Amino acid sequence: MPFDTTNPEKFRADIRAWLAENCPTEMQDGDSTADSICWGGRNWTFQSDAQKQWLNVCAENGLTCPTWPQEYGGAGFDRDQEKIWLSELGRINARLPLQSFGIWMLGPALLHFGSHEQKLHYLPPITRGEIRWCQGYSEPGAGSDLASVQSKGEDQGDHWVVNGQKVWTSYADKADWIFALIRTDKDAPKHKGISFLLFDMQSEGVSTRPIKLISGASPFCETFFDDVKVPKDQIVGTENRGWDVAKYLLTHEREMISGGGSGRGAGRSLAKVLADAGHDLSEASLRSEAIACDIEEMSVALTIERYKDQAAGGKGVGDASAMLKYAGTELNKRKHELFMSAGGSEALQWDGATGSLPADWLRTKANSIEGGTSEVMLSIISKRVLGLPG
Amino acid sequence: MTNLTLNEDETMLVDSARGFLDEASPVEKFRELRDAGKAYNPELWKQMADLGWTGVLVPEDQGGIDMGHAAANLLAQEMGKTLVSSPFISTAVMAATALRQVADNPRAAEALGKIASGDLTYALALDEGVKHAPNNTQMQAERVGNGFSLSGEKTFVVDGGSADRLLVLARTGDDDGALTLFDIPADRDGITRTAQNMIDARDSAQISFEGVEATGEDVVGTVDQAMSVLSPALRAGQAALAAEMTGLSSGAFGMTVSYLQERKQFGVLIGQFQALQHRAAHLWSDIEVATSTIANAGRMMDEDPENATLAVSLAKAKACQTAKLAVMEGVQMHGGIGMTDAFDMGFFMKRARVAQEWLGDYGYHAEQIAKIKGY
Repeated sequence: MPFDTTNPEKFRADIRAWLAENCPTEMQDGDSTADSICWGGRNWTFQSDAQKQWLNVCAENGLTCPTWPQEYGGAGFDRDQEKIWLSELGRINARLPLQSFGIWMLGPALLHFGSHEQKLHYLPPITRGEIRWCQGYSEPGAGSDLASVQSKGEDQGDHWVVNGQKVWTSYADKADWIFALIRTDKDAPKHKGISFLLFDMQSEGVSTRPIKLISGASPFCETFFDDVKVPKDQIVGTENRGWDVAKYLLTHEREMISGGGSGRGAGRSLAKVLADAGHDLSEASLRSEAIACDIEEMSVALTIERYKDQAAGGKGVGDASAMLKYAGTELNKRKHELFMSAGGSEALQWDGATGSLPADWLRTKANSIEGGTSEVMLSIISKRVLGLPG
Repeated sequence: MTNLTLNEDETMLVDSARGFLDEASPVEKFRELRDAGKAYNPELWKQMADLGWTGVLVPEDQGGIDMGHAAANLLAQEMGKTLVSSPFISTAVMAATALRQVADNPRAAEALGKIASGDLTYALALDEGVKHAPNNTQMQAERVGNGFSLSGEKTFVVDGGSADRLLVLARTGDDDGALTLFDIPADRDGITRTAQNMIDARDSAQISFEGVEATGEDVVGTVDQAMSVLSPALRAGQAALAAEMTGLSSGAFGMTVSYLQERKQFGVLIGQFQALQHRAAHLWSDIEVATSTIANAGRMMDEDPENATLAVSLAKAKACQTAKLAVMEGVQMHGGIGMTDAFDMGFFMKRARVAQEWLGDYGYHAEQIAKIKGY
């Protein structure tokens, strides 16, 4: 590793020097809209040479997944080193080199539940942006009640034959592989008969159909499985104990959604965001709502930091992550209502001067639904954290 | 690297504080004080001094334990949980912070020593109107010979009825910032203290100054430069008060959750009703979020005090909102019993209201944040 880890000052200096040398100027524009994200994958088309160069140089040094072990393609950073890395990225307004469901969700699940062979096999292609993953969780009959999934896998000795339907599969039409919750024991209680399976979206019998949303975009798909063969070694954790993996992974998903890392104006002063869009905040209600949102945003961001510090200190966060998800997503919706209000009639046009704002605003409405609704989060807190009676 | 969780020393401090206060100062002790018409218990103050708490921000050279602002906040938070009434924030946090800015002055050093030993209490006489606005100070300190003559009225001087000494903010020039901080005994000739009958039953006074003499020795720091010593003290007080309010919110919330787990209506525990569960869960979330802002304020004051204003105003603004919600939900979810004087929830509500106003309410701190962030 090209970084001196003997003390934080040297480490920071090395990171700074490395970024000065390796981060392309075009990637230092602080742009983190949905359109500028690098997702990677077999079919990925880079938006610029700079985007490709930035991904590759980071991947070579483990910096797309800085906290993962080096042997699996990470940089092996501890929490303090990760903070320095992120703060130095922030200092120069650099984009993240790569974002993906593999990084946010499957990776953490594999690191926790996977075998050494599985980690060696699946993790490095994620860190290099070669394989793009999607998540097969929800079904038409299994939304908030996720454990009632009906997609089933029939045991055929060395493989399962999978049949069923998933819905709200994010970017399934662009993904290379899927991690899915499949019922492998239909007679067991609903939480005890699910397995966590991995398979290639190019497998015979897999098809996807994008769902057009109120925003006009189609980030989600319906995904169909018709006699899909899945080899027995493509399971994470134990057969029929996939719910444990799913729950663990949902925790990560909640932390990710709460972070709003790619949300409009994330981490920037709301005043600046609004001023850049041409608003002088002279109207009393707009100004007071902007300040109130800013206060809540700073407070929630500190809470995410505090929980990460706690997790890094070995004290699990567990069910309390439901709070991060709840607070973060409700805040993001509130902020976008503010942006729309500030935008006035200009923000009512799909192709107006506010750019993707109307579509982004509509997109945020899903934040408090996906990954467990706000109401499910509150129920988790009340039962598992506060111990209120069922 | 800043870490927002408690370190080992802080965890021990919190545990020992909780253990001590549960024994020495549960909420029923506050009720006894209120019923007896007393603002605080000097014996408890002495015990807090013996534990080192009154010297939490006093340098070791002057007999303090000098644990820093994060630690002072944690103590205030634990006190808030059981409504401990004492001059802790006025004396051990604000006066100590102001005086240690000038600790090379022998008089300030001596006062710091007496704060640490529990032998001296202070109150800060700042506000003159109904809202916190130290920069709008009108009270005059007129130059007379080598000294000053102070005349004017101060209101909402928290702990002002019982304090041994006062830190008084007065105008020494026509320029906006020409303010000076004086450290004078509370019984000096020309000072009249009138107790204010506060809703939270704690000590607050209206204080009038009529030609009160002050010498150059009484000036804390430099003439016309009050803010260089007062600003750090205000920040320290605001953060500690925000911490107290977060503790208060936790205290009220704990009572409320217990009640949801024992009160039956319609043949079931009311905690089984989803409408109440979700409100309780929302409140818990809000208290967690507020707690993070307190931790951040403490770290910033200890590690980068010059740039801590945003962190402190954020903590106080958030704590005001959270405490308001916690006590309103506390009374509502308890139903009728929450409205009775015999039940403790009202104490939490009334203390929360006073704590919101003291040292700047939500609006004051939102305005500070807006200025810093360029609104």
